[in-house]
Amino acid sequence: MTPSDYIAVPLLVSGVMFFLAGSAGLLRFPDVYTRLHALTKSDNVGLGLIVAGLVVEADSWFVVGKLLFIWLLVLLAGASVANLITKGAMQRGTRMWTR
Amino acid sequence: MDTLNLAQWVFDSLTGTGLLWLAWMALASPQLIRAIVIFVAFGLLMALTWVRLDAVDIALAEVAIGAGLTGALLLAALAKLTAAQTEISKSDHRPRDGRAVRALRQLPAVLMFLVAAGLVYSVLSLPPVSSGLSVEVDANLGTSGVENPVTAVLLNFRGYDTLLEIFVLLLALLGVWSLGGLPPQRVAPAGPVLHTLAVVLTPVLILLAAYFLWAGVKGPGGAFQAGATLGAAGVLLQLAGWRPGPGFARVHWRLILVAGPALFILVALFTIVAGRHLLEYAPEHAGTLILLLESGATLSIGLTLAGLFFGERPDDGYDNDN
Amino acid sequence: MTTETLYALVGVGLFILGLYALFVRANLLRKILAANVMSSGVFLVLVALARRTGTVAPDPVPHAMVITGIVVAVSVTAFALILMLRIAMKTGQTELPDTWSE
Repeated sequence: MTPSDYIAVPLLVSGVMFFLAGSAGLLRFPDVYTRLHALTKSDNVGLGLIVAGLVVEADSWFVVGKLLFIWLLVLLAGASVANLITKGAMQRGTRMWTR
Repeated sequence: MDTLNLAQWVFDSLTGTGLLWLAWMALASPQLIRAIVIFVAFGLLMALTWVRLDAVDIALAEVAIGAGLTGALLLAALAKLTAAQTEISKSDHRPRDGRAVRALRQLPAVLMFLVAAGLVYSVLSLPPVSSGLSVEVDANLGTSGVENPVTAVLLNFRGYDTLLEIFVLLLALLGVWSLGGLPPQRVAPAGPVLHTLAVVLTPVLILLAAYFLWAGVKGPGGAFQAGATLGAAGVLLQLAGWRPGPGFARVHWRLILVAGPALFILVALFTIVAGRHLLEYAPEHAGTLILLLESGATLSIGLTLAGLFFGERPDDGYDNDN
Repeated sequence: MTTETLYALVGVGLFILGLYALFVRANLLRKILAANVMSSGVFLVLVALARRTGTVAPDPVPHAMVITGIVVAVSVTAFALILMLRIAMKTGQTELPDTWSE
């Protein structure tokens, strides 16, 4: 392992952990709102960590720029789509889960 | 070809099982909306598989078209079915059948088993190593005008495939229009989030399409990925409530739709008149011609895909009778 | 078993699943999904077998054919969906009738 690997691998592994947590939330949480909450939050951070891990390993600034751009696009799309799904669910009158 | 080590074997088995399981769920799940969402997930797992099989060009096309655009088409069709209050058939097995008919229903499963056995046998009986046509492609890559072998095959060595394919796409759209298309849909005004998303992402998608087109010369990318990105921009605009104006639909849209096919035909005629074979370029012009063809193809593919998602006939100002 | 054989066999499996569903499912949207799964299976067999080149890069010709195939598949899907919607609007059903009485 090169020195940069010692920084990249923990970042990548923790990113995967966030994805795992988000997917577990998607599968186990009771309604659409809580599922979206788990999915968007953890996936945005998870992808951020994975992008950070790959940036450490990147060969050129061009690749770094592309990676950060991808993260930005996913943040934008993820947040907007979560909003649209929630709005659609509320229009259909999907009840929020209460204990 | 490589012998599998343990980590690869685990990854490949999980991916393979996942693909089969998602495909089965998409085909067996009782709710159609669930089936479509699972099918989109299946497309994304396919994209991962393409990367695993060293086919990054296909992975890009799969994400944009196989998962993205097909998913959008399916969801839009389901929404229109639901809006039309159609009776969506749920029972795939009718209850009143007698014993003989029920026995007959097992026939497809038996047939599938036979077909599967034949296909598995033929896959296993293939030689484990075969270079295919990669040696010939490598030997001629220098004169193709591009460095990405997949682009070289698509636009140069087997350019006639792409020529025909562009016409298939156009034909699909003409088919939709010949059926009369869909009746015009009432457009709900887009909320602020969707509106902003469309305003921000449309220029980004157009820029991305140009990037894919340019990147396809050297690495993964090319006219299809670029066209699909452009098509995605069109879908996003339609979702945000934008509709082609009558002037655009009557003239510009149609001109751009035929630009790609027309360029292909012109270049094909040009090569024949110059005493060469169909779409056989002189090596010194190959790079320029490929970029020209790809630019036209990108525009046409993008607007055709957007038109297929639209589904309505562009108003030509003559038939107001329906 | 090599990676190539494994994925080629998965491709065969997808083709068979799709073909079976195409036969037994009556709903037209489901049939369109089934045809898409079938084509994914064919693509997977092609690309998996294109990788049997040993240590060098895979054969680009099947790759190019699969990219062409993906674009053709989406245009056929779009056309089939419009046909289905027209049938649904005309008959109010999402399956084909058993007999064409009219």
